Amino acid sequence: MAPGPILEFEKPFAALEEEIQGLEKVQAEQPGDLSAEVAALRRTLVEMIRKTYGGLTPWNLVQVSRHPQRPLARDYIDYFVSDFKELHGDRYFGDDAAMVTGFGKIGGEKIMLIAEHKGRDTKERVACHFGCPHPEGYRKALRAMRLAEKYALPVVTLIDTPGAFPGIGAEERGQAQAIAINLMEMARLRTPIVSVVIGEGGSGGALGIGVGDRMGILQYAYYSVISPEGCAAILWKTAKLAEAAAASLRLTPQHLLELGIVDEIIPEPLGGAHRNPRDMATTLERKLVGFVRQAKRMPLEKLLARRYERIRSVGKVVSDPAALVALNAAAAAEKAEAAPANGNLPLDAN
Amino acid sequence: MAKTTVHAATQEKRVPEGLWLRCPGCENMIYRKQVEESFGLCPDCQHHFRLTARRRIALLADEGSFEEMLADLRSADPLNFTDRKPYAERLVEEQKKTGMLDAAVVGKAFIKGRPLILGALDPDFIMGSMGSVVGEKVTGAIEKAAETHLPLVIVSTSGGARMMEGIISLMQMAKTSAALARLDDAGGLFISVLVNPCTAGVAASFAFLGDIIIAEPKALIGFAGPRVIFQTMKRELPEGFQTSEFLLEHGFLDMIVERPNLRSELAALIDYCGK
Ligand SMILES: [Zn+2]
Repeated sequence: MAPGPILEFEKPFAALEEEIQGLEKVQAEQPGDLSAEVAALRRTLVEMIRKTYGGLTPWNLVQVSRHPQRPLARDYIDYFVSDFKELHGDRYFGDDAAMVTGFGKIGGEKIMLIAEHKGRDTKERVACHFGCPHPEGYRKALRAMRLAEKYALPVVTLIDTPGAFPGIGAEERGQAQAIAINLMEMARLRTPIVSVVIGEGGSGGALGIGVGDRMGILQYAYYSVISPEGCAAILWKTAKLAEAAAASLRLTPQHLLELGIVDEIIPEPLGGAHRNPRDMATTLERKLVGFVRQAKRMPLEKLLARRYERIRSVGKVVSDPAALVALNAAAAAEKAEAAPANGNLPLDAN
Repeated sequence: MAKTTVHAATQEKRVPEGLWLRCPGCENMIYRKQVEESFGLCPDCQHHFRLTARRRIALLADEGSFEEMLADLRSADPLNFTDRKPYAERLVEEQKKTGMLDAAVVGKAFIKGRPLILGALDPDFIMGSMGSVVGEKVTGAIEKAAETHLPLVIVSTSGGARMMEGIISLMQMAKTSAALARLDDAGGLFISVLVNPCTAGVAASFAFLGDIIIAEPKALIGFAGPRVIFQTMKRELPEGFQTSEFLLEHGFLDMIVERPNLRSELAALIDYCGK
């Protein structure tokens, strides 16, 4: 079932859907064949969604990634992780609901799942701190990774966080240190690690479970050094310019692919994952199984060497000022060509 | 090396102009020259003024021993980023202002006769933020320490990842941390020194990965900035929150060392851990 009109640009879809439902109701109660009309309206709806989503701005994309009905980590676990054995606690302080860890199987492959979870209803969202993990969340994730290493299980991480929690307790318990340790240990963990950004890839909070061998991102997810609101607040002293910040940060899947940060964009159903969570889950499962099998096929030493090289190679530095001019000109040209309205995302596969 | 002249120029920016200045620690009027001659400390309350990277290295390294590495690295503008001004332009301005190409200096040095790889971040250059150049220099220093079997000391002060390089700056956190994993595997020693302020992306990567972690007194150290935390919590932050003393109490630092003692403390630690 289609969700209610949550985002401004979704409102026309809802109006049309209402019209279709009205016609179907008439059709059921009265004689006469309206199926042609209904079919025509449905085609119009599909066309409308396709057109709208083809022209999403980076800010619109951020809005979709945060859609209240977007599937969350536990939805995907329910859809495709079989025999899930959840593991709790960091053994030092507590159990962070924003970080879900456990053994499970996808496509018959045994894995260790590590996922950031935002929570669905108000109560769960509060318990999960709206998907912002605390240090105990990152330490729980590390404990799960070490178990995975010990038993040669591939690690699968699902990233969905606005950022690591900025709070008093989080600082008292070493948020920075907890994330730092994960970055170091993931770089040398002796088992495959594959990650997918399923919603928000919020800065260090995302990276804290996002270092590995393969990185995918859903079509309407983002990954950024800072939230658009945070960037706007710092650079322009107002969070209201988040829309402009979203465009400047080049946080869309297409940009991330061009910058070499992600390996693959995973297509979403027409109109975004929230319009068809089941289809989204099927696609995501297939991709994850592929990533895991691919990583498992590689000899471990080669995998680790490639992981290091992958991490090591990110950065744009030059020693020669003339080369700098050329590099910047190329970046400017690429930006102008790639995104005149900053909205040229690939059309979905449907 | 020409470093002495660079210090003189950049030191002026660090400590406000004029013969006299007001200390932010004790609010006394103090004689500027006295601050500069005493490790950048207030003579009355020992307030630790911020130091440029080059001044920091001059205070730590044996005189004339510092050989800079990767000195000519400059950052590109991979995002073609513009806020109030284009990033490429901002970089040039910062370079003119600070006499540095970016926010880090790394190289080989001696401390009291002990060879080591030494690095420092510069709080003046876009708040010591880590973009590609800082990430590359820190990583290069770590790799050099692993290759030469020398101890590594990095003095970190930073506002975090450099937004203007977007996701690429975030990945410098992973890069520096991955390099430290290799140094650790090779049995190398890393002493991390945190100085005011040290937050966000730098704190959440190499700065908190020291075998030994030292801070100067009363430095601001943490993941999120106090303002963001205040906005989230909507209540007053505890007394001394996110200071060096707070972190020591919570188990995240090995020791707090006053600036004049840093050289001898580092030398002593290297003697315990060096090979
Ligand atoms: Zn004073």
